[in-house]
Amino acid sequence: MVELGRKKMINHNVDVTVIGAGPAGLAAAVSACEHGAKNILVIDRNSWIGGILPQCIHDGFGVEETGRSMTGPEYVDMYIERTKNQKIHILKETMVLKFNKNLKITAVNKDGLHNISTKSIVLAMGCREKTRWNALIPGDRPSGIYTAGVAQSFINLYNIMPGRNVVILGSGDVGLIMARRLKFEGANVLGVIEILPYASGLPRNIVQCLDDYDIPLFLNHTITYIKGKDRLESVTIAQIDEKMNIVSGSEKEIKCDTLLLSLGLIPENELSKDVGIKVDDITGGPIVNQNFETSLPGVFACGNCLQVYDIVDSLSIDAKHAGINAAKYIKKKADYNLKVVPGKGIRYIIPQVITKPGKIRFTLRVEKPKLTTSCVHFIIDSRQIFKKKFPYTNPANIIEINVEVTQDLIKSNKKLEVVLSE
Amino acid sequence: MKNFHVAIVGGGVIGSSIAWELSKYKLDVVVFEMGSDVASGASKANSGVIHSGINSPFPSLKARFCVEGNKMFQMLADNLGISLKWVGKYVIAKNEEEIKKLERLKKVGNKNKVPVLEIIEGKEVKKKEPNISCSAGLWVPTAGIILPYEFTITLAENAAINDVKFFLETEVIGLKKQKNSFLIKTNKDNLSADLVINAAGINCKKIVSMLEEPDFNVFPCRGEYLVLDKNYRNLVTSMIYPVPQKDLGVLGVHITPTVEGNILIGPSAEFIDNPYDKRTTKEMMNILFYEAKEILPNLPEKAVINAYSGIRCKLASSKEGGWADYRIEESKKTPGFINLLGIESPGLTAAPAIAKEVTKMISKSIELKTKSDFKIISRKKRFSQMNLKEKSDLIKKDKRWGRIICRCEHVSEAEVIDAFSNPLGAKTLSAVKYRCRAGMGRCQAGFCTQHIVRILEKQFQIDIKKMKLKSANSHLFYGRTREKKND
Repeated sequence: MVELGRKKMINHNVDVTVIGAGPAGLAAAVSACEHGAKNILVIDRNSWIGGILPQCIHDGFGVEETGRSMTGPEYVDMYIERTKNQKIHILKETMVLKFNKNLKITAVNKDGLHNISTKSIVLAMGCREKTRWNALIPGDRPSGIYTAGVAQSFINLYNIMPGRNVVILGSGDVGLIMARRLKFEGANVLGVIEILPYASGLPRNIVQCLDDYDIPLFLNHTITYIKGKDRLESVTIAQIDEKMNIVSGSEKEIKCDTLLLSLGLIPENELSKDVGIKVDDITGGPIVNQNFETSLPGVFACGNCLQVYDIVDSLSIDAKHAGINAAKYIKKKADYNLKVVPGKGIRYIIPQVITKPGKIRFTLRVEKPKLTTSCVHFIIDSRQIFKKKFPYTNPANIIEINVEVTQDLIKSNKKLEVVLSE
Repeated sequence: MKNFHVAIVGGGVIGSSIAWELSKYKLDVVVFEMGSDVASGASKANSGVIHSGINSPFPSLKARFCVEGNKMFQMLADNLGISLKWVGKYVIAKNEEEIKKLERLKKVGNKNKVPVLEIIEGKEVKKKEPNISCSAGLWVPTAGIILPYEFTITLAENAAINDVKFFLETEVIGLKKQKNSFLIKTNKDNLSADLVINAAGINCKKIVSMLEEPDFNVFPCRGEYLVLDKNYRNLVTSMIYPVPQKDLGVLGVHITPTVEGNILIGPSAEFIDNPYDKRTTKEMMNILFYEAKEILPNLPEKAVINAYSGIRCKLASSKEGGWADYRIEESKKTPGFINLLGIESPGLTAAPAIAKEVTKMISKSIELKTKSDFKIISRKKRFSQMNLKEKSDLIKKDKRWGRIICRCEHVSEAEVIDAFSNPLGAKTLSAVKYRCRAGMGRCQAGFCTQHIVRILEKQFQIDIKKMKLKSANSHLFYGRTREKKND
């Protein structure tokens, strides 16, 4: 392949490069700046700053962080304000094509190709929505099928109405919020279909977005057929049993012109995978240590490309740590010593590796919702080092636990298992 | 009323191949396509395989045109700039009995003059294809892969540049033989032509019955496919086929790499009543997985990014064994009416050879004079395929090359605009997708749709209510949430 000389490329030499200017990227950039990084470059492929938040015009952002409930755009503005008067340069409408193990980044925009040399990288690429094919929903392929986030962008960013009679598949938060949003715009929201016996979105969104507007929620249901030669004409829903089999005779056709899919989110890690960064099969994000450093030294990960967060406040806390560590990064290889693994009842836990002692902030999700008290135990070699009780647990909520991890534990080279008990 | 020398009914790969072939001559040619773009039917929904000719018995038109067409593809790819890879295929045998069938296939291939066929041991297959276990494999090096929609579109666009008229979203609803010409009624304008070529694919019987009593039946046979993420491109390097089952006249579920790095699983084979029923079904998805796993045991289940189906136009029912030869003939009852019937697999491979044959048939009634100004517009290299220097040079000339619209396939704004400005006048999101790949990646248009919609609105002044996904009635939006009031 013909490589370009440095002369033909637009060259940058910076301390920290942040990929993605969503809330995570902005929080990381601001923190990196506050902790001594001199020259920070933030790159985003969209023409705006803030990632997905400018289209999230509902409120509820920043309550835990600031005590004030903001809309998505307001929350972003707060961070944009903080990036001002700092040594932060934001490149918009710019796509990172790749980066290599020596932290050389190739990016492209209308000005040309960019060649970026950086001392550390913060990955903040966010996530993408699962599509119809991730769930293998059979049937025809008409127009009128949108992922919930895409429909949200059309309504909230461009004033475009994607549908009139709408069915929503999946009770993720974006789907619930869109149920209410479409209702506000005069659409007929015929129901939210959820395959699980419980809603996957936040409980507050079930109340505020569905119950308050009499929008029916069909639990233990799925869509078995999508019909429509040109535009969507109907969906067939059916009940499913505990073994995930369709209950025969329970099929029901619902006439509609639009189907929104809220099937969950997938962390975007094409760039991470291309360079060989190790990715956790469950979270879909890079495996990180307590500094949010990935398996490639000098590369840190935060935001929804690390794990799909429930609320932005929690995301920003972690992103700030990633930014601080990116600024502090000194080129030396970390020794992975204490592995952290999810045990019974725990879906995943982050960080997956601890290399330095201290008070570590863990974030985790449980496997199933439980309305009774349960306890999270941290166990090494059948010895419990920490436990914490919770009055109820729900996979929709990320659980945050701070645990003191000592040097001895790390040196033990054993596994730290985290389990849930009644 | 405009009179054409030749009217082609159907803008699939057959109709488009003929249109391109005829566009080399001084003729007035028109193509009617009921879809919103060419390659709207089976021509887009197949395995994209350039077959070698081992599967059709000798002598048959299927074998003849397949072998002839196969030989033409390298030249076509060189001239038209379409993607073509001679990846070869293995037909794999699981046991002694199937090895005998491989020998039979090899014999058929030899009769059809398919070059270099070899039966090799299972462990030798494994050296080339580490994920495949079998007792033996028939190696067919002359089998290749193309992008069937890219090929059809390129032929049609080249025909259009050379003055063939394409009428999209135009359905032929009536044909009448007049003295020296045919009156062609469509859902839009009426036209006349000296010759009519029936390349209507699955609708071929419907077209025949407008002029005469058909002496055949069409048996639609649906084939479903699954498309895998490019992340799994290394699972196979060649096509992997099972030994074909005799009873349906199909080749069986196979694993096909695509030129772009995706992998296709399929097709299923299911005789259906409604030729337009292009649904995918849970049952078949499960069968496809099951059968593909017989070939490729470590096939990941989460790898699917899309599923689709295509309808085979079969002239034999399942009771009759599902196999019938092509019919490529001028009607005896209606002179000037050329029928191409039952053009199913290996129709994609056979298309250029069939087009030559049809041209020969036409030359019997119309004198063909070559055009001096015939031009070929070769497909441009895509942004994602360029090296850094080429990328940089293009962005300097036109900034729009520097804005990436499709995150998965790295498609630039310039390419989206070029795709939408196609010479056929195809104006759907699918037309953009099949020309520049925006929306074909793993996010399935989650990122690019809003950007493309904005480009159509801002740069082409398309009303959002008129934006369509893939067909005349597949509108995307219901207008604005609220109209701006004048102050």
